Amino acid sequence: MIPDGRVDPPADVVLDVTDLSIAFPTDEGLLQAVSGLSFQARLGRTLAIVGESGSGKTVASMAVLGLHDPRRTRISGSIRLEGEEVVGAPEWMLQALRSTTAAMVFQDPLSALHPFHKVGRQIAEAYRAHHPVSKAVAQRRAVEMLDRVGIPNPHRRANQFPHEFSGGMRQRAMIALGLVNNPRLLIADEPTTALDVTVQAQILDLLGDLRREFGSAVILITHDLAVVAETADDLLVMYAGRAVEQGPARQVLGRPSHPYTEALLQSLPSPSADLGLLRTIPGNPPSLLAPPPGCAFHPRCVFSDRVGAPCRTEVPAWRAAPGESHRHVRCHLEDPVTAIDAGGLR
Amino acid sequence: MLTYVLRRVGLGLTVLLATLVASFLLFFAGPADPAQAMCPEQRCSPERLTEIRENLGLDRPLAAQFTEYFGGLFVGRDFEFAGDVVHCSAPCLGMSFLTKRPVSEEIFSRFPATVLLALGTVVVLLAVGLTVGVITARARGSALDRLLIGGSQVFGAIPYYVVALVFALYATRIHGILPQAMPLSDGLPGFLAGLIAPCLLLGLVYSAGYARYTRSAMIETLATDYVRTARSKGLDEVTVVRSHALRAAIGPVVTILGLDVAALLSGTLVTEKIFEIDGIGKLSIDALARDDLPVIMGTVLVTAVLVVTLNLVVDIAYSFVDPRVRLS
Repeated sequence: MIPDGRVDPPADVVLDVTDLSIAFPTDEGLLQAVSGLSFQARLGRTLAIVGESGSGKTVASMAVLGLHDPRRTRISGSIRLEGEEVVGAPEWMLQALRSTTAAMVFQDPLSALHPFHKVGRQIAEAYRAHHPVSKAVAQRRAVEMLDRVGIPNPHRRANQFPHEFSGGMRQRAMIALGLVNNPRLLIADEPTTALDVTVQAQILDLLGDLRREFGSAVILITHDLAVVAETADDLLVMYAGRAVEQGPARQVLGRPSHPYTEALLQSLPSPSADLGLLRTIPGNPPSLLAPPPGCAFHPRCVFSDRVGAPCRTEVPAWRAAPGESHRHVRCHLEDPVTAIDAGGLR
Repeated sequence: MLTYVLRRVGLGLTVLLATLVASFLLFFAGPADPAQAMCPEQRCSPERLTEIRENLGLDRPLAAQFTEYFGGLFVGRDFEFAGDVVHCSAPCLGMSFLTKRPVSEEIFSRFPATVLLALGTVVVLLAVGLTVGVITARARGSALDRLLIGGSQVFGAIPYYVVALVFALYATRIHGILPQAMPLSDGLPGFLAGLIAPCLLLGLVYSAGYARYTRSAMIETLATDYVRTARSKGLDEVTVVRSHALRAAIGPVVTILGLDVAALLSGTLVTEKIFEIDGIGKLSIDALARDDLPVIMGTVLVTAVLVVTLNLVVDIAYSFVDPRVRLS
């Protein structure tokens, strides 16, 4: 995972994003949602992308399917799906790869499923868009998919509307929709956010089973580090539209090399800690209309005083974290892992 | 569902009864003298006027007159005009003072013209209104959007009778691009051809509003998560717009359409007058101009029935449009 200056990506790389920037012109100015983002997703592995709301996770993943309206979006860089360039691709090409090469499971299935169409029909429609089969065959496929994601009575359920499903069932139906065309890459956007903990665990197990069964790549977008720890192989941490740290999930979570990752970990409630003292990250996520100069995290970073001017003036470059060859970080600290360990945050 | 419909029908009947009583009181206790109205050019002697009033039962108490009128709705009545007995079969809405024919006959003989006019108008207003609404929603903020929506507002600001007069004058009379109206008795083809111009005009005028409702509803639905999901499935744009975005935007349009159809069916006064179409609207105007009270009352009642019925139809239709709506 060397973000800059790659040559040929290995064959198991389904998605190869290079220097992706996405901005939306608004009445108040240019909203820079994603800046210089690079990452890869590999077959059979789960990549988690974490960050606060507005960090650019969803915007970036929508760009993978070419879902941004080109008239209202400025997008540059490269997104290669199985070698095909998605940025600037014509609509017919995007239509052909959506749901087959890359599919997306959106957050909040109650609003992401059509309220007036039966669930089975919504899944069958995606299948028919890519297979020349009759409605009856597509409907059978939809029922089969509902069964596959563990929905009881799939025949009856296929003929119901989304509002007749429970939250967990809707999320399963949404996953069935995402998987109906056996995509090489499945992007799951906050798939467990609105669910209670037991259902959450079931959905995560399901995603894991399906990844093993289909051998696809999975991108899990979440803000929940507990979910990441349980399911992800690789981890990409985003802040204000930029990746700030990436590497194997276990290593990143075990010893973060970016102060923001550390702060996210610190703000997790833990059963052993004093209940009254939940740590939060001071300040608010920055405005994407006028992001702070230099490292966007510097106004909230406990180390920025130690480093001084560079934090406020220069965007830190990608570099391997010292002593950790598989991990990359954007931070001005000389040895961030050691500094964080000793930083008195724990 | 059945209990809901029954309850709504019951409620509708109550509204109709109230309308009946109110219009009866207004007209029969009102200032216009039916006997005068029945006399050609007001040349009846006072004795003749009294005789007419007796024949019509106008000298009897109001309650008795109402009971008779109400009964006539269900079993029919007999009227006596200058020695002749005319039978008015149920639903009897009284006799026209002017033509001496049962009001129901007068109204039903005008219905084909009004119904066809309404149907043609609905076809035009939906075709134009939905198309313009969808196009402008997709191209919102563009020059085309501003031109179409701005244009429809200017068009809508001109009083309807002016637009109708100018259109009728230029399209059918001066340039003869579209055929003029013909009575149904002169044959169906000519009659239908004559309806093209008024249907186009009414449809276009109404479509301005529908284009705006559709545009704002489509702008909303095009930005929804489920339309994004539809795109993410790899569906083509036509399917995304038609069966996902428009499908969800159609609800409010159905609601307004129901009320507009009721208005169209109860007669388009100006249009029918200007294009000389022998429909309910022209019947109402002529009756109003000549104090033909039973005909006025009859058209009021028929309108009330149409509005109540179509409101119920819209509510039931809405539960099919939006499966989340439970009728109860």
